[in-house]
Amino acid sequence: MKVLMFGWEFPPHILGGLGTASYGLTKGMALQEDMDITFCIPKPWGDEDKSFLKIIGMNNTPVVWRNVNWEYVNNRLGSSMNPQLYYDLRDHIYADFNYLYTNDLGCIEFSGRYPDNLYEEINNYSIVAGVVARQQQFDIIHSHDWLTYPAGIHAKQVTGKPLVIHVHATDFDRSRGNVNPTVYAIEKNGMDQADHIMCVSELTRQTVIDKYFQDPRKVTTVHNAVSPLSQEIMDIVPKKNPKEKVVTFLGRITMQKGPEYFVEAASMVLKRTRNIRFVMAGNGDMMNEMIRLVAERGIADRFHFPGFMKGNQVYEVLKASDVYIMPSVSEPFGISPLEAMQCSVPTIISKQSGCAEILDKCIKTDYWDIQAMADAIYSICTYQSLYEYLRDEGKKEVDQIKWENVGYKVRGIYDEVLKQYR
Amino acid sequence: MRTICLYFEIHQIIHLKRYRFFDIGKDHYYYDDYANEASINEVAERSYIPALSALIDMTKNSGGTFKVALSISGVALEQLEIHAPDVIDLLHQLNDTDCCEFLAEPYSHGLSSLVNEECFKEEVMRQSNKIKQLFGKAPKVFRNSSLIYSDGIGATVASMGFKGMLTEGAKYILGWKSPHYMYHCSQAPNLKLLLRDFKLSDDIGLRFSNSEWSEYPLFADTYINWIDSLPQDEQVINIFMELSALGIFQPLSSNILEFLKALPACAKAKGITFSTPTEIVTKSKSVSSIDVPDPISWVNEERDVTPWLGNVLQREAFNKLYSVAERVYLCDDRRIKQDWDYLQASNNFRFMTTKHTGIALSRGIYDSAYDAFTNYMNILGDFINRVNSLYPEDIDNEELNSLLTTIRNQGEELADLHRELEHLQAKTAKAKPAVSAAQEAAVPGKTTPAKSVSTEKVPGKKAVAMKKTSEKKVDK
Repeated sequence: MKVLMFGWEFPPHILGGLGTASYGLTKGMALQEDMDITFCIPKPWGDEDKSFLKIIGMNNTPVVWRNVNWEYVNNRLGSSMNPQLYYDLRDHIYADFNYLYTNDLGCIEFSGRYPDNLYEEINNYSIVAGVVARQQQFDIIHSHDWLTYPAGIHAKQVTGKPLVIHVHATDFDRSRGNVNPTVYAIEKNGMDQADHIMCVSELTRQTVIDKYFQDPRKVTTVHNAVSPLSQEIMDIVPKKNPKEKVVTFLGRITMQKGPEYFVEAASMVLKRTRNIRFVMAGNGDMMNEMIRLVAERGIADRFHFPGFMKGNQVYEVLKASDVYIMPSVSEPFGISPLEAMQCSVPTIISKQSGCAEILDKCIKTDYWDIQAMADAIYSICTYQSLYEYLRDEGKKEVDQIKWENVGYKVRGIYDEVLKQYR
Repeated sequence: MRTICLYFEIHQIIHLKRYRFFDIGKDHYYYDDYANEASINEVAERSYIPALSALIDMTKNSGGTFKVALSISGVALEQLEIHAPDVIDLLHQLNDTDCCEFLAEPYSHGLSSLVNEECFKEEVMRQSNKIKQLFGKAPKVFRNSSLIYSDGIGATVASMGFKGMLTEGAKYILGWKSPHYMYHCSQAPNLKLLLRDFKLSDDIGLRFSNSEWSEYPLFADTYINWIDSLPQDEQVINIFMELSALGIFQPLSSNILEFLKALPACAKAKGITFSTPTEIVTKSKSVSSIDVPDPISWVNEERDVTPWLGNVLQREAFNKLYSVAERVYLCDDRRIKQDWDYLQASNNFRFMTTKHTGIALSRGIYDSAYDAFTNYMNILGDFINRVNSLYPEDIDNEELNSLLTTIRNQGEELADLHRELEHLQAKTAKAKPAVSAAQEAAVPGKTTPAKSVSTEKVPGKKAVAMKKTSEKKVDK
């Protein structure tokens, strides 16, 4: 089975959980021998892992015909793409896009991030997708998140192949309810046009059904999983101070993640005991507000903001922690608690997180219940048996959550969609 | 003659309230009064009152042939007295029929039998006395919380003078043996054991209203036929369950009480009688001893103590609780003793289980095992602080015990001396008018004898009392 996937991020250059999920899912699916995945991203860097799928860079796909020779193409794109593919794609340009700004190869430039002109970039992505869809041979189209829904719809219209979309988040999660009408329109259109909708949690599925008015029969929950840790990460020696406990929050400091609840809970805990430190790693638009709040509560000596963490730094921080906390107000899934549990860190998550649906060996509280949260932090730091239980059992539990199984579930949905589509 | 021994447990815990760690040291009241009142009233209304009324009818209608046994935990009795006195009235009515036996059990419905013998004996005796006070008969047969039993527990129970004990007919203990005979404890041959037939008990208590069960709907004649078709020499059929099975687990709409009411007539037709545990224990003979090295219970498929002590959380909470057992035993603070009863209830540990049994478990106010653990440990933290603040921590328990004994004995001694003093003062007061009268009559200046008698007596008594003190010290 051949799948054409549209995505926005792919490791190692990732900005959020979408890239991690895309990688894990494709890798898990690739374990099925007859699975052949082509993954489109706006801007490959050339160091992506291509051992189990093909990657097509949208910024390397021509939309305007340029007469360039093999040497030149090879020189420009050789690191990330076979020149022959460039020529094949060039044969499938379907309209005159000279009015767009294109480079010397007739390609549109992409930032591959979330720039201010995101809508324009999404539109360009969809234009390029038309070329890719005309050139590639595939059985089914799979679009990851709203940024690529227009591309998926375009590909479906061009080829008549079924479209499956993967909802990693909705705008209701990102905005605590104040949705952006443009984003909503793109999301709703994608869902209406899709032949099947996969959601990363039951929570998201309900949002899709209730807020986007989708038929429950075409919406399925496909929970995410987590990739095993590499040996390099396993070998990181945790730096721990035996006299102090560390409670960590790791993620974007934005409204969606509920950072203020963490600060409030921390101040309650610190009223009682002083041997606990709190870390809020990451950055975001609420960071300054949080620093101010911490100062207001008078706990700045015990509350730290180390900033954005990259690559292995994340695991160094996790391994040095005694408690990981994710008080998200609305989290479609949330892979980071699973990563913390892989590092044998006891975890507290909000009940409003999608991953709460598949995790059992962690503490769940309501995001607004700062007293329960404070209580949970205090008891993990105080009662050794609870700490040990969550550490060991949590690790055992999370090691059973594998992308391979998710791959089989997705495959089952593909088969079902194809059967009905004929 | 084949006989059925029907026994019901009455137990309701005192619900703990949501207790955060910042309450430690500030709030010493741990209970959710609203939940306690609401739950006991619900159980009383939906189950205890209709079920007990049915049992009373059955004893009256059967002309004394229907018999039943009950046990009530101390904490449940306290709650019933406060919130549902109607149930106590019904228990009295049932007691008046003389067809009902009350059994002894630990006051707190706790697990003290597994860890602290002294504490266990104390609460069993307290429960027995309470039952005797209420119903006029001292229990002769014992049943432990959740029918927990092991050889060691059996020996302790026998040493307290009980004739029999109820426990589970666990498959892995019995092996090829049948629960339909009476056995005895391997360490104390005088203690007879009645083993629960879990199949027949669960048919009523667990499956009765389950419409997917192959035997649904179950009728009394079918049920009695099952018992009748057992091999001839199997004489004792022990059917034990919670009283709340009638009405709560099996709703009244399933006609479970009608089923129950039909049992005596059906049994009579087949020549099967009903007996109380004491009758069986005194009349029948034990066929063999039973070895139970590790504790068994009537819960879960494993029939062991893992529902309460299966994971590290439960064991930590349990060990922390009983780490102060001796101190609580020594102290005489009423509120601490009361909290001790409520905190011991095994349900508190059950809430922390992480076992997957397939049967839904109600965790009360708790979301999860961790939530239950956190809440309980916070309360326990406060409780232990209170216990430790009673006496200095650096004195070990043995030393503390002897000091307390000395203080108590000295107190008694002082009281004795005071009494003595008053007695003598009264005597001298009486003697004085007599003496003065004599003085008037006889030669003045001879008053000394009366005085000297009194002064001689006092030191003599004191010496005896002192001797007593030292003897008591040695005893303890």
